[in-house]
Amino acid sequence: MTAITGDPDEAVAGIADGATVLVGGFGMAGMPVTLIEALIRQGATDLTVVSNNAGNGDTGLAALLAAGRVRKMICSFPRQSDSWVFDGLYREGRIELEVVPQGNLAERMRAAGAGIGAFFSPTGVGTLLAEGKERRTIDGREYVLEYPIKGDVALIGAYLGDRRGNLVYRKTARNFGPVMATAATLTIAEVRRVVELGELDPEAVVTPSIYVDRILDLSAAEASS
Amino acid sequence: MTFPIPPAGRTVEHLGRGPLGRDELAAVVARDIPRDSFVNLGIGQPTTVADHLAADSGVILHTENGMLGMGPAASADEVDPDLTNAGKIPVTEPPGAAYFHHADSFAMMRGGHLDVCVLGAYQVSERGDLANWHTGAPDAIPAVGGAMDLAIGAKDVFVMMTLFARDGSPKLVRECTYPLTGLACVSRLYTDQALFQVGPGGVTAVETYGTTVDELAARLDVTVSRLDGR
Repeated sequence: MTAITGDPDEAVAGIADGATVLVGGFGMAGMPVTLIEALIRQGATDLTVVSNNAGNGDTGLAALLAAGRVRKMICSFPRQSDSWVFDGLYREGRIELEVVPQGNLAERMRAAGAGIGAFFSPTGVGTLLAEGKERRTIDGREYVLEYPIKGDVALIGAYLGDRRGNLVYRKTARNFGPVMATAATLTIAEVRRVVELGELDPEAVVTPSIYVDRILDLSAAEASS
Repeated sequence: MTFPIPPAGRTVEHLGRGPLGRDELAAVVARDIPRDSFVNLGIGQPTTVADHLAADSGVILHTENGMLGMGPAASADEVDPDLTNAGKIPVTEPPGAAYFHHADSFAMMRGGHLDVCVLGAYQVSERGDLANWHTGAPDAIPAVGGAMDLAIGAKDVFVMMTLFARDGSPKLVRECTYPLTGLACVSRLYTDQALFQVGPGGVTAVETYGTTVDELAARLDVTVSRLDGR
């Protein structure tokens, strides 16, 4: 059963220190900024954050990093023109970094959500990012063994949710949301608006409610603030 | 600006001109993208290839952040923060576009469904090894993005770069000295000075621009063949 709230603080209640938090978004598209702001207020620290990038500008994930709450970042592309918050922490040795090729990052979370114990990927063979990993030749092609990445929590941004917790996304803001939703013990989605049952076309639902534990209804949050 | 397709089986030296400009290089890459193919143009300079695809090319652009049939960059009044390319530049959604999540987007690459991807590079080896993600400098923050997945995923990997670094050292080398992105993955190398095939058969010059194969071979530490075997 998906809990629906208009209160961002209620949406992130209970996230523990030391948690692994999957954070949706590709750059700012699909980034759950309101949930992240609530997580900063909530105070959980010593977090491991899994996200494609390591924050843009000063809002969203960058603000969580700036608040000193993240011990380790697992991502594909930390270095960007506007990643000054992460860059500073990294150069001062105040944050750990694990770089994962973007497709392996997505597939490792997919595996976690799909109950796959590990998988052989051709991506990264012969590179620094595959050092120390088990290699196998299958049908004449080289692969490296990759393990799932499971989250304690996923924070994702979607477009609409219905009262049951089904989600649809908008354009390329979909990105990591559907995969992360499957890969965490507690999945929390912020949506522009919650709609009644029947308003979402069942053929068009991208994330079925079984994966969604809590929804923050941003339209209700705005109405009450 | 159009560049004729060179005759098959013969290396062409274009001598009545200088090296290719950036825009001309993009036009040559666009010329060699087969009609109706599925293509990923990476980030940065390779994205300019899209500007040179013919309107009736039938080419369908893939972007790693979850879209097929991507349109051109958005004008100021079309900008939608939910619709960007892999370089986070706002783009547009023409009729026939499709969206999908990240695991699907990379399954498309890894699964060999993309016909061509075009990437930039620091170095390419004569066998087609690619180095384009990390300078290896101790103070550099490593960032790979989708480069390793693209390098091993697309059926054909085209690289576009200058043939020589600013210090004059060749970027087409026997062995890459920068950290590798993928092994034996590049098939064609487009540079300002020449277009090469690279792979198990080594380096073959297809066309040169403002220079000859012999002049280039003298500046490179690799053996350069001609299509006609001379």
